[in-house]
Amino acid sequence: MKDQLGKVYRAIGLPRLIISLFLLALIFVALGTELSVADLLSDSLVRVGMNGIFVLAMVPSIQAGVGLNFGLPVGVICGIVGTLIAMELSLIGFGGFFVALGLAIPLAIISGYLYSLLLNRVVGQEMMVGTYVGFSVVAGMCIFWLLAPFKNPAMIWAIGGSGLRVTLTLADNFAGVLNSSLAFKFLGLNIPTGLLLMLGLVSFLLWLFFRSKPGVAMEVVGRNPRFAIASGLQLNTYRSLGVVLSTVLGAVGYVVYAQSFGFVQLYMAPLMMAFPAVAAVLIGGASTKEATVLQALIGVVLFQTLLTVAMPVTNQLIQGNISEIARVIVSNGMILYALTRTTGGEQA
Amino acid sequence: MNQVKRMITKNAVPLLFAIVCLLGIYFAKMPTQFLIMEVAKRLARNSFLVLSLIIPVVAGMGLNFGIVLGALAGQIALILSTHWEWAGLGGLGLTALLATPLAILFGYLAGLTLNKAKGREMITGMVLGFFANGLYQFVFLFLVGTVIPFNNPRLRISTSPGLRNTIDLKLIKGSLDGIWQIQYGFTKLPMVTFGVIALLSVCLWFFFRTKLGQDFRAIGQDRHIAGVAGIDTNRNRVLAIIMSTVLAAWGQIIFLQNIGTLNTYNSHEQVGTFAIAALLIGGATVTRATITQALTGTLLFHVLFVVSPMAGQAIFGSAQIGEYFRVFVAYGIIAISLALHAWQSKSLAKSSLEEDFSVSG
Repeated sequence: MKDQLGKVYRAIGLPRLIISLFLLALIFVALGTELSVADLLSDSLVRVGMNGIFVLAMVPSIQAGVGLNFGLPVGVICGIVGTLIAMELSLIGFGGFFVALGLAIPLAIISGYLYSLLLNRVVGQEMMVGTYVGFSVVAGMCIFWLLAPFKNPAMIWAIGGSGLRVTLTLADNFAGVLNSSLAFKFLGLNIPTGLLLMLGLVSFLLWLFFRSKPGVAMEVVGRNPRFAIASGLQLNTYRSLGVVLSTVLGAVGYVVYAQSFGFVQLYMAPLMMAFPAVAAVLIGGASTKEATVLQALIGVVLFQTLLTVAMPVTNQLIQGNISEIARVIVSNGMILYALTRTTGGEQA
Repeated sequence: MNQVKRMITKNAVPLLFAIVCLLGIYFAKMPTQFLIMEVAKRLARNSFLVLSLIIPVVAGMGLNFGIVLGALAGQIALILSTHWEWAGLGGLGLTALLATPLAILFGYLAGLTLNKAKGREMITGMVLGFFANGLYQFVFLFLVGTVIPFNNPRLRISTSPGLRNTIDLKLIKGSLDGIWQIQYGFTKLPMVTFGVIALLSVCLWFFFRTKLGQDFRAIGQDRHIAGVAGIDTNRNRVLAIIMSTVLAAWGQIIFLQNIGTLNTYNSHEQVGTFAIAALLIGGATVTRATITQALTGTLLFHVLFVVSPMAGQAIFGSAQIGEYFRVFVAYGIIAISLALHAWQSKSLAKSSLEEDFSVSG
């Protein structure tokens, strides 16, 4: 009995255990207040769907041995550009959504490939370099947003007639197309079926990829580079493939995120977008060296539910918005835990 | 001729930025007096913080993104000193004294954490800064006034928990800068602050010639060889981080006594990024940083900071472009120098890996 408990404990791991228990406690507290737990859980479902693909984007880069992709904003920016072009053309509904995706994905493939060329030259420091490449891209794109030749009056500043606004609404384009399609109510929960199907589809495709030949090869490259070389695998090819996949998922993730959020936020808004995704995949039980699709999904469910439930519940108990601070502490604490857990030997 | 060429390649980064700055000054058409005033003010404010980065670089721990922890220690001390109404130069000295044990504690914890993440010190330090920021906000935005009884109306609004967003530091504002100022046109040069910076530079220069400083250098060159030679590398690494954190705490206090108001929740956020960018613009790398580089870097970075909005206005017709440009430069220079460093050390690592193989095989 004790052995079995120990086994279960090891399988779950301490961080996941703490967070699950904390989450349960929060839901338990919520039951005692006048908050509607069904509403809280409905909100959580939406947030899981919104953020899920960003978290999945971490899996290929970790599996390819590049580590956590802190350069996720590279993909996010491609998603933003795709969305903006669809808006500029005043496309609505699913048409707009798919045009945004269709533009974002090729852009992400190109920029992901370029990004991977850099990462392949900085083996061992990918996370740090990636973080600052992401920051630079976001800051550099701020200049682009000011100068970009967008003409749609709904998108640019009314005064001066150029430069994109800070926050653009997607309400007239494709806000909520996935969230509302096939949505239904079940036990008081609003199920955003389309959104969850999209997340399921992407997860399934990624899962399938890791069962294909290149997927398995990528895992070997990430797990044991020397063995991979001995087996005749090209390290850099598979590392690039992992980074490109991750960047594409970042771009797709953004389009899905924006349609659910209903707004596109420009300028410095995408700066820290990698961090919640990184934290979520780690909370799901991944390390900097190993991650699975299932861990990403568990992670996003735990992390996003925690954030959604924590805010209204703690608002009942203490004043002020603690959710933002909880996000900062939990996510960065989790990343710290992962970075310090495996010393990776005495690597310089 | 060869010597000139070597000088140029060796100082390529600061020279490039000097050219960018000169172009910026040319296009911005700024009154010289105004430029000198702004830059002198910013040099006095920031140099100390940039100098606090040098020790960990020499000790081989890379750029210490964790100086945010030092800045937090400084701010906590400032909050308390405002509460107790410490004023003037004495008050400032007491505040620095109060910040020191806090910074030592934070630096100790940071050093222990970084020892668990060898080879990943920079990313770990950065995340540690974010994490500490979260805890700081939790304490001063929630616990103060609810769990921790604290009812000073200058620091708190009694109707909601947490400290005010901005705290007026008028009691110690300019207490260091104002002791002795030399008037130059419109500019008042804070001679004592510059004196403190010079003193720190001399101390650092001297420190690297002591036994401990030489140990740091040895560890920075090669941790394993230093370990074999009998240097306790883990202990020394923690010491290096503690020193950097304490200096950063003092640096933040000097910074804020110049500004005069504390933005309780975001004065410290950009400390690491801007100080590191300034150091790198001066020509420092992840493994090599000197006092001259820190000071030139601070000068160039802040000239760029002052001129870019007006240069953006003149060239593109938009001051905002200039503002984003300087943020882009700050992040971009860090990205480029990290990438260059990793690139170079990768080829080194590769050759040592092959040696490993030949020895063990």
